[in-house]
Amino acid sequence: MLRFTLKRLISGIILLLVVGTATFFLAHLAIGDPTVGLLGSSATPAQQAALAHKIGTDRPLLTQFLDWGGHAITGDFGTSWRNFQPVSGQISLKLPVTLSVVTFAIILSAVFGGLFGILAGLNPGTWIDKLVKGAAVVLFALPGFWVSLVLVVWFAVNLKWFPAVGYVQPTMSVQGWLRSITLPAVALALGAIVMVAEQLRNAFIAVNGQDFVRTLRSRGLTQTRVVLHLLRNAAPASLTVLALMFVGLLSGAVVVEQVFALPGIGAMTNGSSQNGDIPILLGITVVSVLFVVIVNFVLDVVLGWLNPKARVQ
Amino acid sequence: MSTPLLSVQDLAIDYPLPGRRKTFRALNEVSLDIGAGECVGLVGESGSGKSTLGKAILGLVPVAGGQITFDGADITHLTRAARRKLAASIQVVFQDPYGSLDPSMSVGDILAEPLTTSGLGRRAADAAVKEMIDRVKLPSTVVGRFPHEFSGGQRQRIAIARALVRKPRLIVCDEPVSALDLTTQAAILDLFIELQRDTGVSYLFVTHDLGVVRRVCHRVAVMYRGDIVETGRGDSVTANPQDPYTRRLLMASPIANPQAQAERRAKWLELRADSAA
Amino acid sequence: MTAPLTDNIDPRAARRGSVLGRFLRRPAGAISLGVFAVVVLVAVFAPLLAPHDPNFVDLSLFKAPPSAAHPLGGDSTGRDILSRLLFGARTTLIGAAIAIAVAVGIGVPSGLAAGYFGGVFDKIATWVSDALQAVPGMIILLIVAAASRNSFTFIMITVGVFLMPGYFRLTRSTTLTVRNEAYIDAAIVSGLSNTRILAKHVIKAVYAPIIIQTALTAGMAMGMQAGLQFLGIGSANTPGWGAMMNDGFTAILTDPLLLLWPSLALGITIAALAVMGSTLSDVLSVRQPAPRRKRRPAAPSSVDDATTGALHYEPAAAAVQVRNLKVSYPGADADIEVVHGIDLDVAPGEVLGIVGESGSGKSQTVFSILDLLPAAGVASCDALWIGGRDVSALDRKDRHKLLGSKLGYVPQEPMTNLDPSYTIGYQLIEPLRSVHKLGRTEARERAIGVLTRVGIHDPARVMRSYPHQLSGGMAQRVLIAGAISGHPSVLIADEPTTALDVTVQAEVLELLRELQQEYGMALVIVTHNFGVVADICDRVAVMKHGEIVEVGDVATIFTNPANDYTRELIAASLDDAASRTELDAAYDTTERKAVNA
Repeated sequence: MLRFTLKRLISGIILLLVVGTATFFLAHLAIGDPTVGLLGSSATPAQQAALAHKIGTDRPLLTQFLDWGGHAITGDFGTSWRNFQPVSGQISLKLPVTLSVVTFAIILSAVFGGLFGILAGLNPGTWIDKLVKGAAVVLFALPGFWVSLVLVVWFAVNLKWFPAVGYVQPTMSVQGWLRSITLPAVALALGAIVMVAEQLRNAFIAVNGQDFVRTLRSRGLTQTRVVLHLLRNAAPASLTVLALMFVGLLSGAVVVEQVFALPGIGAMTNGSSQNGDIPILLGITVVSVLFVVIVNFVLDVVLGWLNPKARVQ
Repeated sequence: MSTPLLSVQDLAIDYPLPGRRKTFRALNEVSLDIGAGECVGLVGESGSGKSTLGKAILGLVPVAGGQITFDGADITHLTRAARRKLAASIQVVFQDPYGSLDPSMSVGDILAEPLTTSGLGRRAADAAVKEMIDRVKLPSTVVGRFPHEFSGGQRQRIAIARALVRKPRLIVCDEPVSALDLTTQAAILDLFIELQRDTGVSYLFVTHDLGVVRRVCHRVAVMYRGDIVETGRGDSVTANPQDPYTRRLLMASPIANPQAQAERRAKWLELRADSAA
Repeated sequence: MTAPLTDNIDPRAARRGSVLGRFLRRPAGAISLGVFAVVVLVAVFAPLLAPHDPNFVDLSLFKAPPSAAHPLGGDSTGRDILSRLLFGARTTLIGAAIAIAVAVGIGVPSGLAAGYFGGVFDKIATWVSDALQAVPGMIILLIVAAASRNSFTFIMITVGVFLMPGYFRLTRSTTLTVRNEAYIDAAIVSGLSNTRILAKHVIKAVYAPIIIQTALTAGMAMGMQAGLQFLGIGSANTPGWGAMMNDGFTAILTDPLLLLWPSLALGITIAALAVMGSTLSDVLSVRQPAPRRKRRPAAPSSVDDATTGALHYEPAAAAVQVRNLKVSYPGADADIEVVHGIDLDVAPGEVLGIVGESGSGKSQTVFSILDLLPAAGVASCDALWIGGRDVSALDRKDRHKLLGSKLGYVPQEPMTNLDPSYTIGYQLIEPLRSVHKLGRTEARERAIGVLTRVGIHDPARVMRSYPHQLSGGMAQRVLIAGAISGHPSVLIADEPTTALDVTVQAEVLELLRELQQEYGMALVIVTHNFGVVADICDRVAVMKHGEIVEVGDVATIFTNPANDYTRELIAASLDDAASRTELDAAYDTTERKAVNA
């Protein structure tokens, strides 16, 4: 088990290094001279040269990379090229907003996806199964921001149940915070809920058709106990989907935050990309992949615990 | 006897163990000859290496040591292209009559494929296919139909026709009747015998069933954990085995006759008590 | 991400009848395809259909209400909404097409290569694909957008790269499945080259799931594209639905219609694609029969139909007695009956064999007695006596109370009949605790006791093991231990030795015989092997096509079978058949005679 855990950890770290490096060069090579975007087209060459010296882009790219990479490993992503504030500080200011929404969405997906998945999986062919399947088909495809718009129009503008826009700090009011992230989280989660439900349903039906379930029943076990066996065997597939969803939700949050005017990393990414503020973009990329790696690592450990075969290998 | 059609000398095969560097020795330097027109049985239980030997002859698993000679030529480590040339001479019939036919191809296409691959024109191929379908006693209407429309026995006839269509000199038969019902099994075995008489093809007959060996094999090699423990004539090995393992194997196979089986069971219990002591 | 719809594709289905015909016969298929066709036509003929230049600004049109010249009014810059909507279809479809071309172009060939050849390429490609799935695509897309000065083509190419893993994984796993089929080995032996095998055998299995995946992926690409436009990325002069939605959203409180039109267009297009994919998947999928809730029909079946088989004991004296058992499954048109009214019984301490070939209904018969038929199957009978009591009228819950305590079950395939996620100990102890209400130590001792009894020398270690760590013979012993741990009065074994090696089969038969005598159980053993019948059974019922053709004690059946089919089955056993040497000798004689004649 220890070896298995270590292996997963190392593979996560490698992923982080590769993505960090790739994004660094992608951003630098693609954006070219960042001072044009930062200062606007009216700036003089002297002004541009001064800024380039200040932010260090007058150095060879490899030097820049080693400098950035060396600091990034310690968690220091440098300073923004626009307001010269530390990147880490700015991200840690915005990240809680995004993480609140995404975490809430993941919880909703796990709870409701799990519930609908089990109900549909235990009753294939019934109305609940058809509902899950139908919803899965359409909601999987519809983009989160489209769903957000529908929700905003319906629940915020028409019914006025939730605030349409804005974010309330949990330190100000927990209730207000929950109200402010509910609609964005639901908008993000709807697609994930049906995906998880559909996966769990399919896994449930697949496991239910296996020989050992009949043998468990033949021992006289009650339906409840048999369902526990089914769940344990069907869970891995759904957990894998949930982990993939986490990445999808981070992506989706970028747009959904725009709809709800939430001051998360989505808005920051968008702004920075238009300005060519590379340190911020790199910081956001590395931090989000770090979270993905953490989620995947936790998932792998849980899967290893659930599936004895994976653990032993 | 003249030079054998196929000769296996000290053949060794290693399988990689998943997730580890060590390998598992599936075949431990075995030797075996098959003459022209001869049916040689390879009998053993799961893990004995009998299917591995068949696969090695077909070039489907890499060989770790030893030599396979076919018709005087070394075929142990052939390139893919040289292997393709050998396809005209060595063919296969697999166990699973469901998995061994591409479900999306018609029977006519399945049977014509080996021929058209070898460069034969479609018309000549169709004529050969027709003849072969006749040979395996299927109605000529099967050409346009698809594998899933047939029963296990009929599919196995199709698989046999595919193996025979290029008129090979050796067919490796990997448990070709063990997935079939008893009555079907008997008919397919009779077909194998009849085709061998008509075409002079040789068989390597891989099976776990001593009854099958007795019925179709001239000679038999008994395998146990990667080794050949006994070889001999089909009828004598299956009636009067010399090796202790073969004897246990024979005594463990139940006979469809209550009195004879009671005696055999008593002998088996004796053997078991002996080996435990 | 792999779409959920490609799981159950049946490779045969792609060929059965006309796929398009069956697709169109479904209302969902016809409607969704129709809608999508309209979108495509609109996109192609947008310049002809649009009443105005989509970028022409007419200040009098600023948020104008619908009028005859401008049926949908004007947007917040003063441009004709209808025209922008029609041209937006074009942008959307071209964008999706670029993304799909990139995703398919990279994902499918690399998936084919990785799945078919495996090796280092497979490892690297899989790692890259997993890595791509771990990166939040929207963030990278924003970087690309900034870097490419909002180039629409570049952005959609990047979208394609992020959609690629879905195709890669799908193609790789499908190829891997096909690669392991015996027909690929047969093709290699037939002399086909790799290129030819990939082209003729593998692609056929891969293309149907890919088409379905494409329907869904196209929707995702459109969603991502619109999302980026909504964020304000893309040229202002390219009419796009996402940009129009952004425009409408800023005016949501005053002019909600501005948001409505583009949202509808995007929603309907994506939904149509999703429904197309789902319908195609349904058309191509393995048909799963709808399970039925109703179990035993209340009315007993008509009295006049004849039953087969015979009853030997008084119902109360039999361990199990079933009268007029019928089993049926729902078919395409009507129910298909697989067991046609049989009578059967077994006494305490007796070993009854049920023998027949595949499809004879022998397993269906015992699963009906156990009440463990698959969900779609329905069993009915006039009476089912178990341990002196007619249980045919009991509801499911009460019937299942018989399991474990009155009826024990030994399955056919040892490796698939243990729950892979739990230890052997857990699986043995759980029913003892929850069904038989034993205490913790008591249950543990009983489990160790039965394991020892079935011949396992190291029960404590086996209790800690998981099923995949056991051999087949060992797993079958564990299953027998589980079946007898509740001291049932009837043990029902469904082909208990078929999956085992001959030497292990002899051990298991010996064990079953000993246990049956020790516990005085009735043993019902289902088999296709007359050797097994001869070895262990007292009486035997021969089944064919859902009927019992003959039933009697073993000695009589073997020496004097009354039925032709029984005779044929016994004759098919090769034990007393002529050997190859004898056959060849006989053949030579007849040949010689033929030549001489």
